Amino acid sequence: MKIIVCIKQVPDTTEVKINKETNTLIREGVASVINPFDLYAIEEGLRLREAHGGTVTVLSMGPMQVIDSLREALSMGADEAVLLSDRAFAGADTLATAYTLSKGIEKIGSYDLIICGKQAIDGDTAQVGPELAEMLEIPHVTYVRRIHEIAGGQITVERMTEEGSEKIRFPLPGLITVVKEINEPRLPSIKGKMRAKKAEIPVWSAGDLGTDPEKTGLKGSPTWVTKVFTPEQKGGGEIFEGEVGEQVAKLVRMLRETKIV
Amino acid sequence: MDYFLNEVQLEIKELAHRIAEEKVRPVVRELDESGEFPWEIMKVLADADLFGVYIPEEYGGLGGGVMEQLLVVEELSRVCSGVAVSYAASGLGAFPILLFGNEEQKQKYIPDIAAGKKLAAFALTEANAGSDAAGIETTATLDGDYYVLNGTKQWITNGGEAEVYTVIAMTDKKKGSRGASAFIVEKGTPGFSFGKKEDKMGIRASATRELIFSDCRIPRENLLGREGMGFIVAMKTLDRTRPGIGAQAVGIAQGALEEAIKYSRERVQFGQPISSFQAIQHMLADMATQIEAARALVYATARMIDSGAKDFSKESAMAKLFASDVAMRVTTDAVQIFGGYGYMKEYPVEKMMRDAKITQIYEGTNQIQRNVIALELIKEYASKKK
Repeated sequence: MKIIVCIKQVPDTTEVKINKETNTLIREGVASVINPFDLYAIEEGLRLREAHGGTVTVLSMGPMQVIDSLREALSMGADEAVLLSDRAFAGADTLATAYTLSKGIEKIGSYDLIICGKQAIDGDTAQVGPELAEMLEIPHVTYVRRIHEIAGGQITVERMTEEGSEKIRFPLPGLITVVKEINEPRLPSIKGKMRAKKAEIPVWSAGDLGTDPEKTGLKGSPTWVTKVFTPEQKGGGEIFEGEVGEQVAKLVRMLRETKIV
Repeated sequence: MDYFLNEVQLEIKELAHRIAEEKVRPVVRELDESGEFPWEIMKVLADADLFGVYIPEEYGGLGGGVMEQLLVVEELSRVCSGVAVSYAASGLGAFPILLFGNEEQKQKYIPDIAAGKKLAAFALTEANAGSDAAGIETTATLDGDYYVLNGTKQWITNGGEAEVYTVIAMTDKKKGSRGASAFIVEKGTPGFSFGKKEDKMGIRASATRELIFSDCRIPRENLLGREGMGFIVAMKTLDRTRPGIGAQAVGIAQGALEEAIKYSRERVQFGQPISSFQAIQHMLADMATQIEAARALVYATARMIDSGAKDFSKESAMAKLFASDVAMRVTTDAVQIFGGYGYMKEYPVEKMMRDAKITQIYEGTNQIQRNVIALELIKEYASKKK
């Protein structure tokens, strides 16, 4: 079974800096980690490999420092890692990111399953997984909390919904995004770390992928951030105390005074 | 202090630190209270390859030495030395096989210990044979192709949990200490059972248990080295593992110091954090200095051992003695800095003080360590005079 796990490197801290001109995140110089939801994706990939055999390839798009996150994925046990990195990819929104990843996956070639974390903790959009599946023209299921079975070219998964869960079977190749309930990610091993340190991680550029410059990076992004701001604090409420009767009387008086009623 | 650890050692230290913080710290109090063996954490350490750091690569290890093992012990002890000693005791059980086992014995037992699939344990102490190891009463009698073991071992770390035990028993009582031999005994061997599990003051997550041998027949090929080598096996093993107790002590003391600094900055009395008082500052300074001196001695001893030195009984005893005394003082001072809160189980330092105490006692009391050191000193002097 050939598994591709897409990961994103995200800032480790909530104190992110914003580029005031483009209103995008400045990633350089900020301590970075693998997006926590993507750790569940890596872990699930490794567990599927342990159960069914095959390989786990980890794929990411971003600046060269993302190599560190890919090495961490290798130290957890992934077989291969690929980085898509080019100035032309910078400033991408979810659509341009999904496009670039889809070109990377096309270059990797065949695969059975793509696994993504449900969303990234910085952008919180949860869009890249589904967009990527659409571009690759494969079925996808989001918010997977359990894989029940993989057999006969089909996968059966349980997907979390607000009301409960759905059990879905669909044909492979396909894509799933996973939630944290699916597993507990492993820590790296020393042997894994040593292997990861020596591993060669190919870096594919726009030229290697043959991407359309109109579809990548800031240029290929139909959405852009116009303003980043902290919402203004609304005035604090008032809490009435005392007997219920008194409180109700006070509330009614206040509603009348402010002409709400 | 920079100890110029190499790349692999840094990775080992960092990973052990991470496991201690992420997997051990959340359950420290629970483990201390329940005294339940930390199997889940043992599994994490195994998956991280940490059980094999000191084992040669040909037996599935990472090819490091005592130094690598110490780094793991120290980092785990910083958070919970009950967990650390469960890890370390497997090494204590494995070293007799590594040092004195034949190729077949090593191939049979070491790879599983290196992978953490099996824990090992070392059984020397008995009710009447503690510091006076020559008082061993457990016997091993050759009967055809088997040795028949009878007797009871006491206070065996990892007892009941380990799969592989190296056991010292008398093959010839008349010869005294020269009549002892070392054996490998597997859990599940008929006639081998476990007695009561001890309820201890500290290191409560670790298992300390009696081993009972009653006409326990083990294959003759489970003898380590030759008959009569039991004490050499035990002493050479302990020489190699005593710095591990030193590392445990350094880890406990380091953990206590960090808690004390943190608390002293938070605790306000007389309108200011107590860290602003010189009385507290000097205590912290003394604690930190003693810890660094202990660490330096422990690391230097480990490096001496790993360099292939022949005789390091003295240095090994010094490392254990000094570091464990430091741990006792430092943890006592940490409790003092916490004041009344330090005496309460809600705060972490009383456990560290309880945990520190055992490092002055086991693997040879500190009085025995002084005997070893003094004996070596006198021997050295005498041999120079000749």
